[in-house]
Parts: sequence; C-alpha cells; structure tokens
Amino acid sequence: MSPHLQVWRWHITMATSILHRASIFALYLGLLLLAGWLVALAAGPEVSATYGAVIGSPLGLLVLFGITVMVFFNLAYNVRQAFWDLGHGFQLKTAEATAWASIAFGVVAAIAFWAGLAIRGVL
Amino acid sequence: MSDQRFRTPRAIAVGTGSAHHGVHHFLVERVSALALVPLVIWGGFAAVGLVGADYGAAMEWISHPINGVLTGALLICGLIHAKNAMQVVIEDYIERFITKAALLLLNLTVCTLAGALGVFAILKAALTGGF
Repeated sequence: MSPHLQVWRWHITMATSILHRASIFALYLGLLLLAGWLVALAAGPEVSATYGAVIGSPLGLLVLFGITVMVFFNLAYNVRQAFWDLGHGFQLKTAEATAWASIAFGVVAAIAFWAGLAIRGVL
Repeated sequence: MSDQRFRTPRAIAVGTGSAHHGVHHFLVERVSALALVPLVIWGGFAAVGLVGADYGAAMEWISHPINGVLTGALLICGLIHAKNAMQVVIEDYIERFITKAALLLLNLTVCTLAGALGVFAILKAALTGGF
C-alpha cells in the first residue's frame, strides 16, 4: 500500500485520480465486450442470441451499467485533463469543482443513457 | 533537468535515462481521448437505437457504411487509448522486469487481437451478412 493512501486525508481530486485509473479497467472490459458483440454478430444468429442472453442477464446488465458510468466519467475526466494541458483549471477550487463535475457527469450521463435504453424496452 | 556535471561519462554513455518516447505516448493518449468524445456519444445513441433489434436488423445496421466505419473507429480508437492507459498502469505498479514485460506484451496482444477480430467481424457482417 502506498503511504499516501494511509496517511493522507482523502480529498476529491485524489479520489477522482484513483477512480480515473480504475475506470481504465472498465473501459478495457467494455471494449472487449464490444469486440465480442461484433464477433458474435458475424458468427451467426445462434451465437448472437447466446451473447445477447448473457449480456442481457441481470448480472450482465449490472456490469454494463458500471461500465457506462466509468466510461462517461473517464470521458469527462479526459476533457478536464485537456484543459490542464492548456494550463487551465489548477486553482484548488476549480480542480475540486471539476473533479465533482466529472463524477456527476459520469452518473448523470449513464442514468440518461439507461433511461433511453429503458424507454426502448431493455429493462 | 539533470546537471551533466554530476554524471559520470559512463552514466551518460549507457543512456539509462529517458527513452524519449514519453511525449509521443502522451500525445497519443490525449488525441485518442478527444477523438473518443464524439465517438462514444455516437455509440451511446447507436446502442439506444439498436435496442429490440433482431438479428436481421442488427446485421442491416452494421452493414450501413456509416455504422460499420464509426463502430470500427470507436473500437480501434478505444483500444489504442485503453492499450496506452493500461501500459502506464503496468509500468507504474509492476516492478519485476519479467512480469512487467510479460504483462506489457499481453496488453498489446489482447488489444491488437480484439481490434483485428472486431474489424474482421464488421467486414464479414457488412459484406456477407444481412441475410
């Protein structure tokens, strides 16, 4: 365990930094699932139906929901990093606000996306 | 930034300092991240549109040039981004050389294979499928 995880008071910029790193794993899994969906589609109707059943199971949907939260969070965080690259957003208040905003965007965008899926009949 | 006066000639010659690849890696991460913003948003809308589509409808969807090309772009751009991101995680946390090298190669292999399979699948579905 890194000492900074035990000694430091948790603050939001640190939490989002760690969350950003964690989100990479969700992105990775999501991309493999996308490639898997394409392969299943090309493999034929039976394989495609099986893949859809696994992805559409309660556990599959839960994993997918987690992935969408993380993907949208990662997206917002990367936009935040682009502003950092231009030299903006390093003021403590700004950095804390954009950290919260990136979490909020991840959650809100994912809920909006899943509301769209639900209206079309996924859930 | 290191002051050359404090480095022995041998240390300079061995060249164990920066590999000078960092800027390229950094730029690829940033550019792929920004390219993914519109692609992910498009992918989200596409996924909502595909809900309830049966096999034939999904095949017809991927056979459309815009859908096939953008899905391929999303997958490849995403994999390049994820491969570089995972590479940094491995380099940061794995100290043992053999383990690190093996994981870096595994990362590269998984991402390349997923990209090749995905693009091949899109082409197969688009060019031969659609019932």
